[in-house]
Amino acid sequence: MEYLVAAYSIIWLMIVGYLFVLGKRQKAIAKQLQFLQELDKK
Amino acid sequence: MKLINDDLTSIPKETTLHKVLIYLSIPMVLVALYLAFIYTPIEVKMGIVQKIFYFHVASAWVAFLAFFIVFVFSIMFLSKRKRIYDVIAGVSAEIGVVYTIIVLTTGPIWGRSAWNTWWSWEPRLTTTLILLFMYIAYIMIRNMDGAWEKKGRLASVFGIISFINVPIVFMSIRWWNSKLHPVVFGEGANETGGGLEPSMLFALIFTVITMTIVYVVFLQKGIYIERLKIQAERLKEKFQEKLAG
Repeated sequence: MEYLVAAYSIIWLMIVGYLFVLGKRQKAIAKQLQFLQELDKK
Repeated sequence: MKLINDDLTSIPKETTLHKVLIYLSIPMVLVALYLAFIYTPIEVKMGIVQKIFYFHVASAWVAFLAFFIVFVFSIMFLSKRKRIYDVIAGVSAEIGVVYTIIVLTTGPIWGRSAWNTWWSWEPRLTTTLILLFMYIAYIMIRNMDGAWEKKGRLASVFGIISFINVPIVFMSIRWWNSKLHPVVFGEGANETGGGLEPSMLFALIFTVITMTIVYVVFLQKGIYIERLKIQAERLKEKFQEKLAG
């Protein structure tokens, strides 16, 4: 049973973790882009 | 309707399809978990640990699909030189690596229970590990310093060559007659498969479809982020030109 729990924990940690990384990347680049656009308008 | 939006000059918007796939993937994941844990019977020989099989195989399938996409879009990039093809290949490779790590961690957990060892240098495990290292190298090439065209060309060639390993991974247990790794499909007199109970087969197919949808969600998200990065790069270049001129 503990092997099954370990395996499924890794699967969902990897998937949710990757989604979290993508979310962080998107947030960072969106912020940077917004700053650059504002600078461009000026 | 164009399947791939190759316009990289404007700031992208998240599409309705993206949202639909996200909302579709959540209940599908829950149903897949229900099928794996409750709907399917407990396997007689291996017991409850066999339930790793559904998501393990589905992850392997998605990894192969992701690397196939890298292969196809690398060829397309080399022939058409459109940046979007290079972007798709790069994003798909990263997702493929994530799923290969899942395969290479859940496999040994199952192996510990079935073979009483965490790792064995048997054909499937060894070739999968080589596959992982090849695509990590591919990602490293993409993250090198330099012009994107040059990196794109080099990465595309590497992406095409690396894909040769995918059929080798799949066929390894058949070619080298692995004593440890089970052959589930393509065995027996009529080569249809090695005794998967119908409910188990249904659960496996459903999990494969679910994980494929999760892959598409990741792919769309990754492409969207890369498009934003390209826009930011363009603005930076514009400022540099202004400062220089």
